[in-house]
Amino acid sequence: MGVGIQVNQLNAWFGNTHAVRDIQMDIPANHATAIIGPSGCGKSTFVRCLNRMHETIPNTRVQGTVKIGDTHVYGNGTSAVEIRRRVGMVFQKPNPFPTMSVYDNVAAGLKLNGYRNRRELDEIVERSLRQAALWDEVKDSLKKKSGASLSGGQQQRLCIARALAVEPEVMLMDEPASALDPISTSKIEDLIFELKQNYTIVIVTHNMQQAARVAEFTAFFLIGNLIEFDKTEKIFTNPSDKRTEDYITGRFG
Amino acid sequence: MTRTKFHQGLDELKQKLLTMGGMAEQAVQRAVTAYRTRDLKLCQLVLDNEQAINLQEREIDELARDLLAMQQPMAIDLRFILAVIKINADLERVGDQAVNIVQRVMHMNGLPVVDLPADIPHMAAAASAMVGEALEAFIEGNVDLAQKVLATDDEVDRMNRETFVAMEGAMASSPEVLHQALDVLLIARNLERIADHATNIAEDVIFWVQGADVRHRIHSNRS
Amino acid sequence: MMLKKYWWRSFKDKLVVGLAAGATFMVLLPLGAIFGYLVYRGIGSLNWNFLTQIPKPPGETGGGMANAIAGSGLILLIASLIGVPMGIGTGVYLAEFGKKRFGYLIRFTADVLNGVPSIVIGIVAYSLVVIYQKHFSALAGGVALGIMMVPIISRATEEMLLMVPQSLREAAWGLGIPQWRTTLSITLRTASSGIITAVMLSFARVAGETAPLLFTAFGNQYWNKNINQPTAALPLQIFNYAISPFDDEHRQAWAGALILIVLIVVSMSLVRMVASRGVFKGGN
Repeated sequence: MGVGIQVNQLNAWFGNTHAVRDIQMDIPANHATAIIGPSGCGKSTFVRCLNRMHETIPNTRVQGTVKIGDTHVYGNGTSAVEIRRRVGMVFQKPNPFPTMSVYDNVAAGLKLNGYRNRRELDEIVERSLRQAALWDEVKDSLKKKSGASLSGGQQQRLCIARALAVEPEVMLMDEPASALDPISTSKIEDLIFELKQNYTIVIVTHNMQQAARVAEFTAFFLIGNLIEFDKTEKIFTNPSDKRTEDYITGRFG
Repeated sequence: MTRTKFHQGLDELKQKLLTMGGMAEQAVQRAVTAYRTRDLKLCQLVLDNEQAINLQEREIDELARDLLAMQQPMAIDLRFILAVIKINADLERVGDQAVNIVQRVMHMNGLPVVDLPADIPHMAAAASAMVGEALEAFIEGNVDLAQKVLATDDEVDRMNRETFVAMEGAMASSPEVLHQALDVLLIARNLERIADHATNIAEDVIFWVQGADVRHRIHSNRS
Repeated sequence: MMLKKYWWRSFKDKLVVGLAAGATFMVLLPLGAIFGYLVYRGIGSLNWNFLTQIPKPPGETGGGMANAIAGSGLILLIASLIGVPMGIGTGVYLAEFGKKRFGYLIRFTADVLNGVPSIVIGIVAYSLVVIYQKHFSALAGGVALGIMMVPIISRATEEMLLMVPQSLREAAWGLGIPQWRTTLSITLRTASSGIITAVMLSFARVAGETAPLLFTAFGNQYWNKNINQPTAALPLQIFNYAISPFDDEHRQAWAGALILIVLIVVSMSLVRMVASRGVFKGGN
């Protein structure tokens, strides 16, 4: 089951560049929320603050609080590794581990954290691949095919399966379909529709039509600020802020 | 500004709709004048122009459809195109109503002239003005003007009801004026419909500009 | 006009290909010549006796280099046990954490170490181990060769690790895999093919080194299984026989040289075979 995310006065820096400014946002559980905005508006940075990936880049700083469910992400006792286990992430360019088979890729998050039970691993791998709509395509060569030998769309679904295998509560997707062809994109969008029931999904996208198809809520970011956050239908038919309207009607960006 | 092709399309759509509006407005004015002056040539003109109005309706629908399919308009642009499609249909109906009026006039021409207690010219002026104001509200994106049109509708409705009652009375007391009374009644009805269409157009303008759906408001005493 | 230009470009193309082929041939020629000559001079002396017997006293004919072969193996084993972990460890440190001042210093030191003459390294090992133990030993020889292996392995490991795309590390972190585990199971594994090549190259490099062994392992005419005693080694034995006055020992030197080359090639191939199966499916 998914949980909600409460973001309170979140700020983030790259060195001296103030990339994310005073974000105040409540992301609802078990829904998909899209984050749109022009290039460089801080949407990817914002999302990477949610699972403490932003701090893996040298010379960065984060201020403010993020609560996922009942857990303070930046709390004193919370480890980044622990948060990242509870928050799955799918990246723009599919990145399966090239030296591992399909099976090992999906199981990586569990195996590399000490999980050894063979039978349970088999079950989890199958379940995750089914959830990612990839099972039928790879079930006959799970351990023979390397993760990198699949097509682009399959690789991305493999990465989704890999993220699902550790049973996160939240799934963050940073432009997951931007490198894919229309059919793979549409499979991934269908996937998100299914996943919503059990996970909270945040999807960053350049493609407004995708945000409109996939997400119930949409947030519009501009130069690091959250300009508007509302139901997707409202944002795309009658947004409250003129800047939002100018962006989605293509008058800039 | 980006999306030149799209904005050119939007401009073209607006222009075409204004042309349509002009043709419909002209048809109403000619029909009203024809009633006053019993000018059969004017009636024929209205009938002839009906074809042009229908063609224009088709063109506007096609352009709107293409813009929707190809340009994925959002927010205000989407509302604009949706409003245009609806206003387009209303204007075509206005043209039809003008034709109906003209047909009544032509029918009345074959009948002896009688003096009936109905103020058609007043009603016609009001309805005609409403159409003009609704179109102006569209050109300017003027919500206040659109609201004014909505308010005037009640007036026209009232006049229609009065005419109905008056004609009922006239037909009951003087059966020999039956045909003329019926024609007057129908003409009043057509004018009331024209006013309704103008109201629709005003509502669509408000929807476009504000994103608010103000249709089907509860009128007082609306029959 | 176009035709003439095309002809000229085609000619240039073929010329450069020809030059490249010629250069390759010129490089392979001495290699082939050496190997061919070694086979010519040494094959006759390669027999069962040679491979199983220890040297006979000077002046006598016969005998073999069995103890030298075994001794080289022992010394190289020690060298690998020292050099490979240290080299890979240094490489990992430099790649993952070495962007600052300290990393720069280490890198510089490793480069310098790479350029130090092998005999100097031998002297260092002599002063560190031999003086301390008060005798020559296989251990000292292993230390010397191990030190030589470190910079080669470290530099290559660092480069291979840097070539692993950051997106893989991020994928691992995103799964909640801690940094150390990521480096071990993801980054190193992805770079493993290149690292293994580097290890093999360094192994081949030190397998034939003679100078550092001169005053560390020192050599031995007899069998020795104790790492703390002077030990025979193939390069040493070849050297000693080559400068000796006896023809029979010269003959054996050729055979020894041939066997040294063969053993290096065989061990490199074995490592390659084992590693390529392990890289894809291998353990976690």
